[in-house]
Amino acid sequence: MKTWIKGLVAGAAILSAQGALGAERQLLNSSYDIARELFAAYNEQFKEYWLEKTGDTVTIDQSHAGSSKQAQAIIQGLKADVVTFNQVTDINILHERGQLIPEDWAERLPNNSSPYYSTMAYLVRKGNPKNIENWDDLVREDVELVMPNPKTSGNGRYTYLAALGYAQETFGDDQEKTDQFLADLLGRVKVFDSGGRGATTTFIERGIGDALLTFESEVLNIADRYPGEYEVVTPKISFLAEFPVTWIDEYVEQNGTEDLAKGYLTHLYSEEAQRLLAGFNYRVHDGVVKAEFSDRFPEVTLLPVSEIAGSWENAMETHFASGGKLDQLQRRR
Amino acid sequence: MKYQSHHRVGDGPWVRRTLVLLTVLLATLFLAIPLILIFSQALGAGWGVMISNITDRYTLHAIGLTLFVALLTVPLNLVFGVALAWLVTRFHFPGRKLLITLIDIPFAVSPVVAGLLYLLLYGRNGWLGSWLGEYDVQLMFSWPGIVMVTVFVTCPFVARELIPLMQQQGSEEEEAAVTLGASGWRLFRKVTLPNIKWALIYGVVLTNARAVGEFGAVSVVSGNIRGQTNTLPLHVELLYQDYNIAGAFAAASLLAAIAVLTLAIKGVAEWRQARLMANDRPDRKLQ
Repeated sequence: MKTWIKGLVAGAAILSAQGALGAERQLLNSSYDIARELFAAYNEQFKEYWLEKTGDTVTIDQSHAGSSKQAQAIIQGLKADVVTFNQVTDINILHERGQLIPEDWAERLPNNSSPYYSTMAYLVRKGNPKNIENWDDLVREDVELVMPNPKTSGNGRYTYLAALGYAQETFGDDQEKTDQFLADLLGRVKVFDSGGRGATTTFIERGIGDALLTFESEVLNIADRYPGEYEVVTPKISFLAEFPVTWIDEYVEQNGTEDLAKGYLTHLYSEEAQRLLAGFNYRVHDGVVKAEFSDRFPEVTLLPVSEIAGSWENAMETHFASGGKLDQLQRRR
Repeated sequence: MKYQSHHRVGDGPWVRRTLVLLTVLLATLFLAIPLILIFSQALGAGWGVMISNITDRYTLHAIGLTLFVALLTVPLNLVFGVALAWLVTRFHFPGRKLLITLIDIPFAVSPVVAGLLYLLLYGRNGWLGSWLGEYDVQLMFSWPGIVMVTVFVTCPFVARELIPLMQQQGSEEEEAAVTLGASGWRLFRKVTLPNIKWALIYGVVLTNARAVGEFGAVSVVSGNIRGQTNTLPLHVELLYQDYNIAGAFAAASLLAAIAVLTLAIKGVAEWRQARLMANDRPDRKLQ
């Protein structure tokens, strides 16, 4: 009669016994939208490494969504052990609103806690018919652009800041010329998609525009997927787009995963992981891997946000807030 | 002006044909073609690919989780809906009208808002969430949270189906049963239930369909952990964003199949109910 209850109890007993016997450990990585394949590959590599190093078997769960949504979820109690984001501001929020990590989180790992980085590049159609080589080509009357909206996507903000960096280098202190350049550039944009994937679809599937402005990694991925149909142009001056990572102090303590979380993030800097990351078209710091992939990633000047706009907080306030610089420039057209 | 009552709008053959054609056209464009498209896209790369897409570890987990959530939600809302409908149609008390209005809140509120409300209440910084956190109880970003918002979003369906019917039927039959000495449970089983059976099944079918398909509210409280808190509708979005179009449509075709199956069950239930009623009353057959 009550065999099913017995069955349940027995099942639970077996499960808990298993947990006690083997060193089976769990880690939750909260990450951004388009990093699914990347971390699926990295997790396999890390599991092997960790098994060899400690003898423990690790199960890694992945959560992917827009990184601002992820940050909100973590503040509201999604107990992720580590975050691997594409926006510095979304990690800062974990300290400011959640008090989950210390303020100096970026100092805890090398290169501002950014194991890999990327920059903004252009994808142009086969043969580069409009002869687009640098930022000043983008404001020509005969050129139409596709980019994600800086209002709604980090991707678009990066492109905006990259263009701003170029204008500052070119026009120096001439604020009016800098502003006019940015206004002209925004005026050449035919479609502002809400996110990076949408912009890619507009350019590829709908065939709109002469150049797609997005992450270099995305541009290279597309060029790989459609061989011979597109060309990649990396401008001489562009923006340093960091991909920050950190462990969540509050939750790793609760979950008892501090060593595992730190190991997971530190291993991202190892040579084998850096090679894997470069394979996914991200730029890396490791010297050996850098040399191997030098054809892929031409040497360009990459400006960090601190040089272009002071800081992320400042950039958000002056440029992207409602009524900010972006809104003013778009009204000029 | 004189009104010609024997000539109605729509009597003319052209009006009738145009209306029929228009309805068929719209139904084809907006209902049939999308449904067909889901299955044809899912099968675009052949049965083998579709089956391997569906038997993918994470898709299987999403199917399991979605069915599990529906399995908890439907009985809960069945009991809640019947109790509520019984209460507001059989008793008069102050605040009754207000209660009837309150039932509709989940319909009026956008599911995303509903999800956010639960998150703000039961999340780590929420009123109840911070208290629950002290006892290490986590509701949001795990299956209990998904069940909670699904219960909220689907709770009006059963009650909304029952209330008009029970109001219309009145309580004479039940009063008669009470005077004949029926106990509460027997009264419900023998008198009330047979009368409301059809509406009840319909309410359950709607509840189930919505519980399986709910996206907005679940998306807010899920945490999107693949293999843990990813329901089937969320999994469809995830696969789509991964450029895995065939996989997304394979998962979507499962949802569509559940919807079609649900409608089939509803059809069978209706038919059985009609037959049951005819058998119950042999006197009517004689007429």
